[in-house]
Amino acid sequence: MTSDQTPGPAAGDAAPVVEATGVGKVFATSGASVNALEGVDLTIRGGEFVSLIGPSGCGKSTLLRLIGDLTAPTTGTILINGKPPARARQDRDYGMVFQAPVLMDWRTIAKNIELPLEIMGFPADERTRRSTDLLRLVELDAFAERHPWELSGGMQQRAAIARALSFDPKLLLMDEPFGALDEMTRERMNAELMSIWRRTGTTIVFVTHSIPEAVFLSTRVVVMSARPGRIAQVIVIDLPAERSVETRESERYFELVTRVREALRQHESTDEVIGTSDAERVRGEGLA
Amino acid sequence: MTTASGSLPRASGRPIAATGPRPGRSRRQRVAGLAVVLVGLLVLWEGAKWLGGDPWRIHATIAGVQIDYEHFPPLKWRIADDLSLPHVWDIIRAFVDPAQRGGPPLGVVLSGQAAFTLAEAFAGFVIGGLLGLGLGIFFVHSRLAERALVPYVVASQTVPILAIAPLVVVAIKADWLSVMAVAAYLTFFPVTIASLRGLRAVDPRALELFRSYAASRRQILWQLRLPTSVPYLFAGFRVAAAASIIGAIIGEQTAGVASGLGSAIINYNQYYISAPERLWATIVMCTVLGLFFFGAINIAEAIVTRGRYRPVEGLL
Repeated sequence: MTSDQTPGPAAGDAAPVVEATGVGKVFATSGASVNALEGVDLTIRGGEFVSLIGPSGCGKSTLLRLIGDLTAPTTGTILINGKPPARARQDRDYGMVFQAPVLMDWRTIAKNIELPLEIMGFPADERTRRSTDLLRLVELDAFAERHPWELSGGMQQRAAIARALSFDPKLLLMDEPFGALDEMTRERMNAELMSIWRRTGTTIVFVTHSIPEAVFLSTRVVVMSARPGRIAQVIVIDLPAERSVETRESERYFELVTRVREALRQHESTDEVIGTSDAERVRGEGLA
Repeated sequence: MTTASGSLPRASGRPIAATGPRPGRSRRQRVAGLAVVLVGLLVLWEGAKWLGGDPWRIHATIAGVQIDYEHFPPLKWRIADDLSLPHVWDIIRAFVDPAQRGGPPLGVVLSGQAAFTLAEAFAGFVIGGLLGLGLGIFFVHSRLAERALVPYVVASQTVPILAIAPLVVVAIKADWLSVMAVAAYLTFFPVTIASLRGLRAVDPRALELFRSYAASRRQILWQLRLPTSVPYLFAGFRVAAAASIIGAIIGEQTAGVASGLGSAIINYNQYYISAPERLWATIVMCTVLGLFFFGAINIAEAIVTRGRYRPVEGLL
């Protein structure tokens, strides 16, 4: 459980945004207790795009929820911009996007995007200015006055992303945001998220089931193993910063996709066998 | 899990139109359906009298045509005689005939009494509705209060209103006020249940979202819980509207209020032997009043929710 605090290349020597040290989470259910997460050390620096990937039950969503102060760790500590997560939440450091858009039916798309701003007490003209800008950013300006149920799933998810960006959070937490979309929409949304990330420079932690998605978007991919959930390997994605449709057809992209897939397979069935030292060995490889 | 937004994935482009049956056609179908059932009921009513009622005859001039008709039913059923089941036309005529010698028609008198009862019922509805919503909001924020009090709220509705009403009348004395209190007593329960249900119907992920904004309890209530509960609240209001009319009528009778449909029922009940169609006319008026209040709630809901909530089909 030595510290693994190597930043990705894109992050350079930016200040750490997320620092997790020896984080574990045990869910106590009636009778048995489930060890969801164990000994997780992870540092994410400003401007990074880090994907968490792994089999179901590997605790990737739990890790995201721990970072976002939606649940508390059983062991270890998490610091967000040097603060405890509860403090960071009070300071409104987090933008969140879930698998479902979770828009408010009774609000128009523009008003949905302004919801966090209203709660945080932004003045009305500032709210309108921001929602107008964001609607343009996610290409929904024509639908500002529509209600969520009048939009397709992909459009709703874009509105949810705009809402999360509205108050300039320091950290964007995304839990399988494109999991419910079809492959074509998903790839388009990936490209859009990429350009949004490049324009805003927000630090993003992204949970996904999709290997191509993780490789295409990330500066680092964190591969996790299940029972108990832990970090198996961290793979640096050294693709060019400018990514496009061609990126998905480049040789390096395929190599990286294969590496992530192998890392996943390696830790899928043999999680009993792999000890800490073994996990660290591959983790080291990933960072080489 | 589909919520507000977890609908079909679709490549963006056109918005999905809010679909549903075309309003014009569905409305016509509804009216036609209601008319068919009403006519069916009247035919059944008069059919029973045709087979087993009292003998009857018509001597009248309609549009210059002299009509003479006599009918002797083949059977004799007590339930279909003129005392138990007056003719439909007799009930209709009762509305037009003067209530008292030289006075206004019964229909006008009953309308005035219905308006009086409606005012009481509405006042009770508002008080009961606010109390119910207040209790719902209180319970949703305090599980302890919910556990301690909800059984009593339920128990309050198992006591027959006829037993409670005299106590209320004795305790409050003022006639009008006690009628309102009885109406409120019947009203607060459905609203409590509906609001508790509606305030709880919030998507847990929406709660997490508000949590991530560090929203206060009050903000969660106003921006999330109350808007979510609106369709549930109106379902409760509809039940409460009908209940408030019943409460007002029972309250009027217990308190001995001289006006209102409650007194009309007692009054025409006493003269049932000589004029059964008047009590029937009063019953029709009570039904019309209940439907009127119910319809008003529906219109209010349409105004509040139209364009703000996903359209729902159906009357309820």
